[in-house]
Formats: sequence, C-alpha cells, structure tokens
Amino acid sequence: MADNSTPSPSSTSPAANPAAIFGKQAVCEAFAGHPAVQCLDRLLTDAKWDRQELTLSVAPQSILEAGQAVKEAGYNFLEDVTAVDWYPTDTPAAPRFQVNYSILSHGRKERIRLVARIMGDGPRIDSITSLWPSANFYEREVFDLFGIHFAGHPHLTRIMLPDNWNGHPLRKDYPVEGYR
Amino acid sequence: MSHNRVLEPATQEDHRPSSFLHSDATVKDSTGATLAGIRHAEDILIPGVEDIVRDVASHHPHGSDPVVSQTMVLNMGPQHPSTHGVLRLVLEVDGETVVSLAPDIGYLHTGIEKTCEAKFFNQVTPLTDRIDYLCPMTNNTAYALAVEKLLGLEVPERAQVLRVLLNELTRIQSHLVWLGTHAMDIGALTVFLYCFREREDLLRIFEAISGQRMMGSYIRIGGVALEPPAGIYARIRSFLNDFPEHIAEYEGLLNANPIWMGRLKGVGHISAEDAIALGVTGPSLRASGVDFDLRRDMPYSGYERFKFNVPVSNGCDVWARYLLRMQEMRESTSICQQALDLLATMNHQPLHADAPKTLLPDREKMKTQMESLIHHFKIVTEGFQVPAGEATSSVEAPHGMMNYYVVSDGTSKPYRVHMRNADFANLQALETMCKGRLIADVVAVIGSIDIVLGAIDR
Repeated sequence: MADNSTPSPSSTSPAANPAAIFGKQAVCEAFAGHPAVQCLDRLLTDAKWDRQELTLSVAPQSILEAGQAVKEAGYNFLEDVTAVDWYPTDTPAAPRFQVNYSILSHGRKERIRLVARIMGDGPRIDSITSLWPSANFYEREVFDLFGIHFAGHPHLTRIMLPDNWNGHPLRKDYPVEGYR
Repeated sequence: MSHNRVLEPATQEDHRPSSFLHSDATVKDSTGATLAGIRHAEDILIPGVEDIVRDVASHHPHGSDPVVSQTMVLNMGPQHPSTHGVLRLVLEVDGETVVSLAPDIGYLHTGIEKTCEAKFFNQVTPLTDRIDYLCPMTNNTAYALAVEKLLGLEVPERAQVLRVLLNELTRIQSHLVWLGTHAMDIGALTVFLYCFREREDLLRIFEAISGQRMMGSYIRIGGVALEPPAGIYARIRSFLNDFPEHIAEYEGLLNANPIWMGRLKGVGHISAEDAIALGVTGPSLRASGVDFDLRRDMPYSGYERFKFNVPVSNGCDVWARYLLRMQEMRESTSICQQALDLLATMNHQPLHADAPKTLLPDREKMKTQMESLIHHFKIVTEGFQVPAGEATSSVEAPHGMMNYYVVSDGTSKPYRVHMRNADFANLQALETMCKGRLIADVVAVIGSIDIVLGAIDR
C-alpha cells in the first residue's frame, strides 16, 4: 500500500474527543490538526463530531473541490455515496436532499462523511466519478432511487429499476406500497 | 431491464451537458474536469449495456475471427448458472476475446431499504438476514452495531465474543459456498460436494443456536437473541478441530491440479491502484496487495482481543484470491478457537445490554415480573425510540467491507437504512478484470470476486 503514514498524534485523533461537537467553528477548533478539517477549512459550511463520526458539510457546488481536497489529504478510498430525503423540509437553510459521501483513509484508518445538501426542485450535483471511478454505481443508485442528477456522470441511467419505472422509491413522498 | 431510455426528459434538457450519455474519456462535469487525468481512464470507466451495443458496429476484430467483420454482442444471464444468481452480463466479444462487458443488475431488487423505513428498529433485523444471504449473522452484526451506536448501548463482553465466534463461523460457511461454486464453475465438481458437506455441519450448528439454518436473526440490537444451547461449544470445537484437515483436503484436490492452475493463474488481473479506484474491498483487495482488514485496522465487537494474521498477496489474479481465501478460513478457525476459550471463562455474564426500555426482557422475567411484562408489551406494540442522529457501522464481511448507515429522527422507526455491500462495488471491477481475456475467464473471475446478488440488488 502506498499510503502507510502512521496514525497522527492524539490531539488530532477523533478518539481523543469523546463528546459530541456541533457547528463548524467548534469542530474546526477541536480538530485543528486533522487533515480533513484542515484541507476543507475554506469550503466547510457545517460540521459535527457525533458518535465518534466526523461529518463535514460542504456546499453542493464545491463537492468536486472538496473531494479533491480530501483525496489529497489521504482519504483515498470512496466507500459509498448515498442520500437521505428530508421531505417535506426544503428551505435554503435546510434543503431537502442530503447526499453523503463516505470516504475512508487506508493510512489513517478512519473515515469521514462528506455531506452536501441540495434543494428538492430539480436536485442536481456534480458527479465525483472523475475523482473516484467507483462512484459510478453508487451515483446511479442514488439517481435511480432518489432522482438526484449527477452532472458529468458518464452513464446516468437507472440501475435497480426498469427504465419505465414511475417515480423514485426512496423519496419520502413515494408510498411504501408503491403506486397502484 | 435494459437502460436505453433516459428518464425525466423535462429536466434532462435543462440540466445535462450534451455529451452526457457518451462514456468516452472526455465527459466533463461543470468544472470542466475530465477523466483524462486518471491513469487508464478508459479502463476504469464502467460502461452501460447500451454502450456495449452501440460500440459493436464501430469495433472491428483484431483478426482473431476471420468470418465476421465486426465484434459481436453476447448476452450472459440472468439465468446463467455461473453468474451465481440473477446477474446479467452483456459482453462485446471479438471471437472469444472479451472487448468490453457491462453488468446489468436489479433483477433481485426488493426495496429492502424502503421496507426498513416502515418497520420498528428491531423488526429490521430479519430483513438484514436477507441482504447477503450467505452471511446473515454478519449483516445482523453490522445493523446491530449501527443502532447500538445511535442508542449508545454498551454490549456485554460475552455477547461480543459470541458475535465474533458466529461471524467467523459465517465467514467459513460463506467461503465454503464460494469455493464449492467457484470450483464447480471451473469443472471440479468433487470440491463442491466436499464443501457442502462441511457447510451442512455449520448450518446445523446455526440451527441449534438460532433455530434457523440460514436466516437466524440471532444477533440482535444490544446483544444476541438467546442463550446458546448446552453442549454447542463442544460441537463447534469438534468441527473446528477437524476443519483444518478438510481445508487440506480441498487443497489436495485443487492446488496441484493442472486444469485448476491453468484456469486461475494470471487471470482476472487488477492492480492495487485500480482496485482502490473501483471500490474493491475484502479478499479481492487484499489479493491485490493492499493490506487492509477492518477486523484488525478498525476493530469492532472486540476483535482487538483476538490474535490473527491478515493474509495479503501481491498476485492480483484469481489464483491469488483463491489462496488468500483458503488462508482466511484457517485464520477464522483460529479466531473461533480463541473465542471458544474466552467464552469458557465467562459463563455467567449477560448476553444483552442493560436497557430494559429498549431491549425485550428475558422470557422468564417477562412471565414473572410486572415491570418486565409492561416493557415487553410496550416494545412489541410501539417499538422503542432511538435518539435522532446518524451512524455508520463497518464490518469485515466474508465478501468485503459491509457498512450499515442508519438515520434516526427520534421515533421508533428508522428514518433511513442504507447498506453498503462489498459485492455491489466489487462488481464494478469486473470489466477491468475481464477485458482482453476469454469468455471462459469471465466465469472464473465472477467466481473469484464472490458476489451474492441479494447484496447487490437489495
């Protein structure tokens, strides 16, 4: 493995901070030496350290930049892309869709959750397949089940459902029993 | 389920660049970044079915087939026996050489993630069994870990060790199915019969413990379901004592077998760099030289107290993956033995976390104590509330990294449950592994990445 850096000093290790920390300012202070927080400093819109997990929010238009930054900071492995639908909430302060990128560092042996919130009307975000080709299937799945468009995706079609399927099942306004 | 029509044409006009549907290396996102910067950009762009069909007319054979003037599309599956379920592959072939390949999935999509949102937290456990049906206990563990994280539950040591024991037995069981079916695909039927003989022993052990051969739902939020039956540890011990001999038996049938070697060595090559780029995890990643195992590197459920080796190989091919999984079975046997030793020292420790308002009470208490009866009634009829928040658990499943992402909004039903299964991501690497090889090698490679369609389609 190329990246074999030793775990960082305890001051930057999340395990040293057991309590939950909410808010950009507080997280930036508590994790001042943390590479992901450091490299995203300028892009962060919100952050939290909750249940031993670091969640870093960025604006949807800067997702590629943020992905590039954390990749360079050693978070080399994209585990997953998924979404949460916060319907009926849909305001600029709390947009409807939350797109999660779970990114792991093989060297630091820890993961971060990169989050971008997007509005429910014509949801659209840049594809990160140019950074991690593995995002291909994950983004197709999110497109299929949530109807979120990933701009620049090489092949954005339904992956689970037939292409004439009506609606996006994991949206909260889609009935559990489906449309009959 | 071919995907040749794009949905929502109204939004398509407004939002998408014109080059949207072409999977060439010049696709741009809004910042103008292209894939050209990535090494082998073309190799790791996973094509779709219609790309394959469209490309055929423009590709010409390299001379391997004197009869036709263009390459051919070959459909494989979803009923093909060597695709290990309902996987459909669309291959572009030049003679017998694979030019490109696209997996078409979704035939087993049952919307489990949506169903989970309509169930109480504890009702989700049986659903998780059915995701990756070759390692139900691992699914249970991953889900339980995520919800326990949300609840802040401390699981007693004995339950943790029992979880490790069952997870490792499940790993052996899953690897036995892998080896049996993989060998059968290559033509070695005997191995299949031997593997399923041992698997039967394991399924009977699971049945004795949980009441079910496969879908045990034994590992629950906060601990495990029941006290294991008397004498079960001795039975597991006797299985484990015999098992290394059986592994040697399988290897005796395969390791020096010239057909087996010829079909496996040098086939399905993927470099460490490509494997990481394509999201490959588990044995397939370790066989490409990346030394990463969640059990050792990000321990969960008390794995840190066990001593075991993580086999790694630089072979990058199907042969390396075969040897590595055989070694993993030996390591799992050793972990199980350590777990049994530990369990022998903690006989009277509890099997559940202490959380009467969250976990179902002990059966005996429920029948004799008013308080427990009330809790039982409340939990069964109303579920239990989980504090709002989100949590990800990550476990090393037999097929690779399995993550459960659970979101709670403070009610008794999960707001969102998402499973990240290794199989789904590993499938993306199939094209890179098969390109330029023969059709018969595709079968060997599918066997070597060890996919379960239940985990892919969910």
